[in-house]
Amino acid sequence: MIAAAPQEPGSAARVRRLRQASVALVGVGALGCAAAEALATAGIGRLVLLDGEVVELSNLHRQLLHRTADLGRAKVESAAAKLAERHPATTLEPRCERVTETNADACLRGADCIVDATDGFAAKFLLNDAALRLGIPLMHAGIVRFLGQLMTILPGRSACYRCLFDAPPLAGDVPSCQEAGVLGSLAGTIGLLQAAEVIRYLTGTGVLLTDRLLTYDALAGRWRHVRLRRNPACRACAHVTPHPAGL
Amino acid sequence: MAIQVRIPTPLRKLTGGAESVAASGATIAAIVQDLESRHPGLKERICDDNGKVRRFVNVYVNGDDIRFLDNLQTAVKEGDEISIVPAIAGGAR
Repeated sequence: MIAAAPQEPGSAARVRRLRQASVALVGVGALGCAAAEALATAGIGRLVLLDGEVVELSNLHRQLLHRTADLGRAKVESAAAKLAERHPATTLEPRCERVTETNADACLRGADCIVDATDGFAAKFLLNDAALRLGIPLMHAGIVRFLGQLMTILPGRSACYRCLFDAPPLAGDVPSCQEAGVLGSLAGTIGLLQAAEVIRYLTGTGVLLTDRLLTYDALAGRWRHVRLRRNPACRACAHVTPHPAGL
Repeated sequence: MAIQVRIPTPLRKLTGGAESVAASGATIAAIVQDLESRHPGLKERICDDNGKVRRFVNVYVNGDDIRFLDNLQTAVKEGDEISIVPAIAGGAR
């Protein structure tokens, strides 16, 4: 666990940090809608929304920024329109593109934090590696059916996703959210917690979910922390320059 | 020697929905084998064809990752708590 910053700033400074911050939100679906709304509500200055998909009917029960009228519309455009109505002071940058190995650095560079609200292992490993390469904190989460997981990665300072899981499973070994389904309220819960991690990090308040994985079992109503540690042989983060804990 | 094993929600269809099940054994390998005899199908969800823990599954004894202990040969005793934590990927769709 790492304290967000050596000293907690005053409330005016915290607000200023949020206002000056830029957050890259990758995936504007189940997790991303909840996280985006919470981040904009908190006063984040700039939100870069990245997603290459369009709104589908089956998305609506858990992707709370999208409406029936948005079917077929790019998710980033749909989300940005709703967020702009409520949060005119937040600069919204909708980018209808999938983050790939080729464009990841260009999409993410300049962000103060990255929120991983993607679906699929390839994307999650890709974001982990990009965050480490760019030295940008990453708020990771995954959800499926009734299970949620959440952790924050400070590059070179705390366990990364590859310290936890070395490599993605083969296709078909683990079902995606789309294939297995997910409890809509679970997605909202975990997405809001990702936003809380961003806010704690940016404002230097509290203790981050570093070196521990928070799991939520929505069937049993049980929260648990799993202790993590950096893998000294991790091929992704072993040689990464430690990130300065606070902004 | 009964030891409690916490089962993650994606694997509970193999345990009749049980969140935690009892298993016997002096090592994680023995526990996994015992789990398989009580709940057929669990072993292949935890271990690959070579008998190693799958790379997208982690096993913890009292909160410690067995990869940093003795892997499947990690010793366990009555009162220990074993947790299985799989990687999950959903989020955007």
